[in-house]
Amino acid sequence: MQDLSWLQIILKSAIAFAPVWIALALTFALSIRYRRRLGLYGKLFDSTVGMIGFAIVMFWIFTALFADLIITHDPLVQLSGMKNKLPGTAIANAAEGVYPWYLLGGDNLARDVFSRMVMGAREVLKIAPAATVFAFMVGITLGLPAGYFAGKFDTILSFIANLVLAFPVILLFYLLVTPEIVETGIPIWFAAALFLFPVIFFTVLFNSRFHMLPARRNLYVGLTLLIGLWAWAGLAFNKDPTGLFSMSPNMLNVFVSVVFVNSPGVFRIVRGLVMDIKARDYVAAGQTRGEGPWYIMLWEILPNARGPLIVDFCLRIGYTTILLGTLGFFGLGVSPESPDWGSTIDDGRRLLAIFPHAALVPAIALMSLVLGLNLLADGLREESLKD
Amino acid sequence: MFAFILRRSGVMLLTVLALTFIVFWLTNLPPNLEKLAKSEASVRMTDAEVASWLDRNGYGSSTLNRYGQWLGVVPGWTREEDGRFTGRCISGTATSLDDAPTRCGILQGAWGYSTVFKQPVADVIKRSLSMTSWLMLWVMIVMVPTALILGVLSGMREGSWTDRILSGFAIITTATPEYVSGVIFIVIFASATVGISPVLTELGWIEGKTLFQGTATAAMDKITFWNFALPVMTIALYGIGYIARMTRASMTEVMSQQYIRTARLKGVSFRQVVMKHALRNALIAPFTVIMLQFPWLLNGVVIVETLFNYKGFGWTLVQAAGNNDIPLLLGCSVVAVVVVLITQLISDIGYVFLNPRIRLS
Amino acid sequence: MTWDPTQPILEIENLSITFFTRLRQIPAVMDFSCKVMAGEAMGLVGESGCGKSTVALAVMRDLGKNGKITGGRILFKGQDLTSMSDEELRRIRGSEIAMIYQEPMASLNPAMKIGAQLAEVPMIHRGMSRADAWALARQIVADVRLPDPDRMLNSYPHQLSGGQQQRIVIAMALMAKPALLILDEPTTALDVTVEAGIVALVKELGEKYGTSMLFISHNLGLVLDVCDRLCVMYSGEAVETGNVAEVFTEMRHPYTQALFRAIPLPGADKNARPLISIPGNFPLPHERPNGCNFGPRCDYFQPGCCDAGEIAMEPVPGSDRHATRCLKWQEIDWLAPPKAAHAREKLPPGEIVLKMDDLRKYYQVSSGAFGGGMTKVVKANETLSFEARKGETLAIVGESGCGKSTFAKVLMGLETATSGKIMLFDENVQSTPIQKRGADTVSKLQMVFQNPFDTLNPSMTVGRQIIRALEVFQFGKSDAERHARMLELLDLVKLPRAFAERMPRQLSGGQKQRVGIARAFAGGAKVVVADEPVSALDVSVQAAVTDLLMDIQRENGTTLLFISHDLSIVRYLSDRVMVMYLGHVVEMGTTAQVFAPPYHPYTEALLSAVPIADPTVTRKHIVLEGAIPSAMNPPPGCPFQTRCRWKSQVAGGLCEREMPPVVSLDGGHQIKCHLTAEQFASMEPVIRIAAE
Ligand SMILES: Nc1ncnc2c1ncn2[C@@H]1O[C@H](COP(=O)(O)OP(=O)(O)O)[C@@H](O)[C@H]1O
Ligand code: SF4
Ligand code: SF4
Ligand SMILES: [Mg+2]
Repeated sequence: MQDLSWLQIILKSAIAFAPVWIALALTFALSIRYRRRLGLYGKLFDSTVGMIGFAIVMFWIFTALFADLIITHDPLVQLSGMKNKLPGTAIANAAEGVYPWYLLGGDNLARDVFSRMVMGAREVLKIAPAATVFAFMVGITLGLPAGYFAGKFDTILSFIANLVLAFPVILLFYLLVTPEIVETGIPIWFAAALFLFPVIFFTVLFNSRFHMLPARRNLYVGLTLLIGLWAWAGLAFNKDPTGLFSMSPNMLNVFVSVVFVNSPGVFRIVRGLVMDIKARDYVAAGQTRGEGPWYIMLWEILPNARGPLIVDFCLRIGYTTILLGTLGFFGLGVSPESPDWGSTIDDGRRLLAIFPHAALVPAIALMSLVLGLNLLADGLREESLKD
Repeated sequence: MFAFILRRSGVMLLTVLALTFIVFWLTNLPPNLEKLAKSEASVRMTDAEVASWLDRNGYGSSTLNRYGQWLGVVPGWTREEDGRFTGRCISGTATSLDDAPTRCGILQGAWGYSTVFKQPVADVIKRSLSMTSWLMLWVMIVMVPTALILGVLSGMREGSWTDRILSGFAIITTATPEYVSGVIFIVIFASATVGISPVLTELGWIEGKTLFQGTATAAMDKITFWNFALPVMTIALYGIGYIARMTRASMTEVMSQQYIRTARLKGVSFRQVVMKHALRNALIAPFTVIMLQFPWLLNGVVIVETLFNYKGFGWTLVQAAGNNDIPLLLGCSVVAVVVVLITQLISDIGYVFLNPRIRLS
Repeated sequence: MTWDPTQPILEIENLSITFFTRLRQIPAVMDFSCKVMAGEAMGLVGESGCGKSTVALAVMRDLGKNGKITGGRILFKGQDLTSMSDEELRRIRGSEIAMIYQEPMASLNPAMKIGAQLAEVPMIHRGMSRADAWALARQIVADVRLPDPDRMLNSYPHQLSGGQQQRIVIAMALMAKPALLILDEPTTALDVTVEAGIVALVKELGEKYGTSMLFISHNLGLVLDVCDRLCVMYSGEAVETGNVAEVFTEMRHPYTQALFRAIPLPGADKNARPLISIPGNFPLPHERPNGCNFGPRCDYFQPGCCDAGEIAMEPVPGSDRHATRCLKWQEIDWLAPPKAAHAREKLPPGEIVLKMDDLRKYYQVSSGAFGGGMTKVVKANETLSFEARKGETLAIVGESGCGKSTFAKVLMGLETATSGKIMLFDENVQSTPIQKRGADTVSKLQMVFQNPFDTLNPSMTVGRQIIRALEVFQFGKSDAERHARMLELLDLVKLPRAFAERMPRQLSGGQKQRVGIARAFAGGAKVVVADEPVSALDVSVQAAVTDLLMDIQRENGTTLLFISHDLSIVRYLSDRVMVMYLGHVVEMGTTAQVFAPPYHPYTEALLSAVPIADPTVTRKHIVLEGAIPSAMNPPPGCPFQTRCRWKSQVAGGLCEREMPPVVSLDGGHQIKCHLTAEQFASMEPVIRIAAE
């Protein structure tokens, strides 16, 4: 086999991504066709910026989903003779059925950079959105009452939030994401506290809505508690008998730390939005109807704060992606083998001046994902402000 | 105004105490102490030996007590063995306690002794801070004016081509964390095999192998454009995008305000509308943002100093954390937290100062 | 520049303006013409969205990025503004044409001293030196009758009250002595007494400087006060134009006529002479009907004629430049009385349902700039006592900050009173916050809110919101039952049932307000507090919503507490009136008692401040000096003493020392004032209707 030219590399990579192209084409075709019925999501397709952002984000999401179909080599396997090889290098004496090239070259352990990048997408997208969701749960559950009731409760919570925000993130990671901390079991308790918030959130959500209709209330709240506490036991304590919900201690630690540093930011945004919206007449109308404070917060205020929150959600996933990369860059928390982009950049930077491709590929991948998220947020912001 | 600063300082003090206590607690968890004992004494100690070593070296008391000692508000530990004294405030051993001070914490200026650098923590921090302040100085000089100008230019005519191009640039830079831009810069400007350097060498336009230097180690002695530009640009770039976007948002908002229309309809020229009427109002928000960027800039500093091997504050922090150097890590945290809080205070005061609505009410 | 002063100073010819948005083109103004002569004040009236502001901004050539003048010319002193370059425009703006808009606070730069903002104008246009410009600014600030001009010049906008800010904006417009002044609803955001002051000032300055004016307003009364000529706009077109007096008395367009029938003029009465609302809705600019825009809502509509094609402005012969855009104006019998006036019987008031006794509400507020500092007591409500009967309408009148809303909050249970008693039926609810009130009590006492754009939750369907109220009030046993009741409620407020599935943003202001009313009556409310329910609506819609409220009240025997600052509507619909000033009830009595002498001095001023769109009415002009004092620093003695014109008649400076007692006059009429019975008897009526 011959080494590939740049054109061939691009072509072959594009072919490898075939499942992603198909999925993207389908998504866009359907969305554009039905966009008038799809609310804010549909309006996204009126904005060029938003559409580009959405395309990039979806590209990586589909890549993560179909990673197994896309990779050309096992991202952990080292092939002799492929150490630090340039992109497009053919594999000498490739065995039968083995893809005959390293499309984007080999790293310093002779692994396939292309496949590692593809698998890295899965690593990043496994944690970043989920961690952001949890951060939102925490931030919303605390930010709503802080903004709504104000007073002492708000003062204390805001102080704590500012405390966390005043901490240089990197220092916090160096303190939180260490093997020693895992040993003490602190992350588990931390996780137990943080993961309880979604359960509280949904319980209060349904209870405030249906408290005057006991039958329905009991059904919804019961289901929430059942599923919520089950997942909670599994995720925080690894005590899920079915094994459906579980997380490795290292992963849990990273996850918890990321949720922890993100929550205060969400808290502040939610608090500000609530303070603004609570002066509206429909909130007063709810009050004069005798609605409870939680109903007003969750059903009257929160839905009307969704625009800015959705935008922040996108930006925050990007930010979380950067944070995860930072963790990987400092070799914190994740296993050394992991193909996640941050660690790969860290691995590659030692030989950066000579063999740049090993670090450059994941760097550009990470940048494009964050860029996509930022563009998406911009598009959403623009569209949600219109009419 | 005075009462305001006083109150803010009170809150700040409380924050410093809370944060340092958290850091102290996190760095003094049992596993950290065990690791410390093993690295200081012997790696093959039994659990009982570890416990006794810790006890002998003053780690026996409660965390709160030790935090007090470290702060310098609680008397340092002492211990008598065969008529010889050891203690927090005694170097080596002493025959009597009379010479040694009772308290020696950071309030007394005793920051401890770094186990990695085998030097007093205060010295290490002082040296590394001076390194980093050069870096920050240049970052600020590059970042703030660039960002503000970009933001104002793109925000003053929303939707124009200038705006689109500048906004595009800004959004790309905010999507590029330091460890990515650093890598890209090195590849393009400081690699002997790829990027523009080989081309330039071939043309004979540059003398060395690379245009810029890929490490900033040399800058510790003498800062030159060639050894310092890449680290500075790497940190500044992310901030530029972020602040420019803020400024743009603020500027577009101000430009759509009624009072700008009033000014325009008074016959004020566009230039004057921007300079006299819009700018001051539009800069209130970015000013606060710049100051609140410090925690993030510190992040950048750590990454860039690691990437470019510049032995400043960030590099020291990484060394301290990586080597379980508890006194140094504590010292670094205090400095980091205080710097962040001071910038927050400046941001608050500046906001009040720039915004007459608050100042005079 | 040569321009013959006998020629129009501003001449708009067939102006068309379109806004280009992504979804569609919005033809905001079509074929609009009008002429303003030197020294003349031209009024531009119409409902919101009819294109008044767009015309004004087109004259300034400031339509924004997406607004384009698609046809016609705008001649200012004979020069065509539509073809001017930016530089030429800049020279005219501020020096020859100046503009004043609705929100004074928003029009002033918050970060610049007043003086600098004023001085800028002559510095730009006349190259004046800084010192001269400041001196001129000082003089003009004195001209707009602001106290202490030097301090004014050195303060920032936020340090001034709304009325003072608007005076500054006017001063700024006058700095270069412009030939044309455009005022876009300059007083809408202000209280009536402040408005009266500003209007008097504008008129006076207009005469003094000989400035021509384009005065935009939705308030016909104001236009009558200020303008010589007017132009009525409807849906982007001028429909009638002419001399003010002529149009007011001999209107020749059905829309103008309908407008006048929809506003509560003195003499209108909810039982004997109810208002006639204009049916239907204002068409959106891109959904205009063929032919006459007013066609679908016009009583005289004739198919085949009115909807055939474009209709042109037609002069009314033998008049002072009077013209109308109606094909049938010559056939219509303009003197025929309105036919739809079905008089109703006045209901006798029933038993007492709500009784307040010596209610007080004080707030503790911290006065330090940054949260710290000492706390002060704000007395939002003082010694409030009254009773309301079944089926009665009690109006609560007063300007912003007088404690109307606090009163509503306390009554609703959103705040608890500091002291006093609130008896709702036989229950004392004074210290029961709403959370602790039973569903029954809560559903009996409900509220209708002011701002239609705020009263409904934007992310919940209309039906869902009404059903929610039913759920909370524990109405019905099943979802189906509640759904059925919700549809009935929509019927009750005369909305199509299909609206149940709509989102609030798909509804017009009046429709939203109807949903708000349906929601309030969901639990069969017995007492309804309506906080300015129609003040944000257009005149034509106001009448319909008021009517609806009255109908429901009549059917259910509801007690209505009608909070308002608009005395015209209060006179029209209330049985009894309570006037508040700085937390005190200064006057209370039946509508007839309050609107006729003897008055409380504040009521007298308030009545004289309300513009009335009827040239046959003469009104005494009493302009109140100064602003309402802050509730945090109330004056000693009588709360009104800082602005009262009768104060000097009370011996011994009593007003400044002692809180006046409540004087009961005959018929339960109460006035809180030191004036003697003789002085009361000597008061003259503020409003006189000339004998026909
Ligand atoms: N910038 C704009 N973009 C799109 N439509 C506009 C814009 N400005 C005004 N319009 C539309 O033009 C019409 C006239 O508006 P306006 O002149 O503000 O009315 P008025 O001053 O009489 O209340 C309205 O339908 C409004 O929605
Ligand atoms: S033209 Fe016809 S529809 Fe239009 S106002 Fe005249 S009578 Fe009414
Ligand atoms: S008491 Fe005196 S100041 Fe008060 S309203 Fe009567 S006359 Fe005026
Ligand atoms: Mg308008």
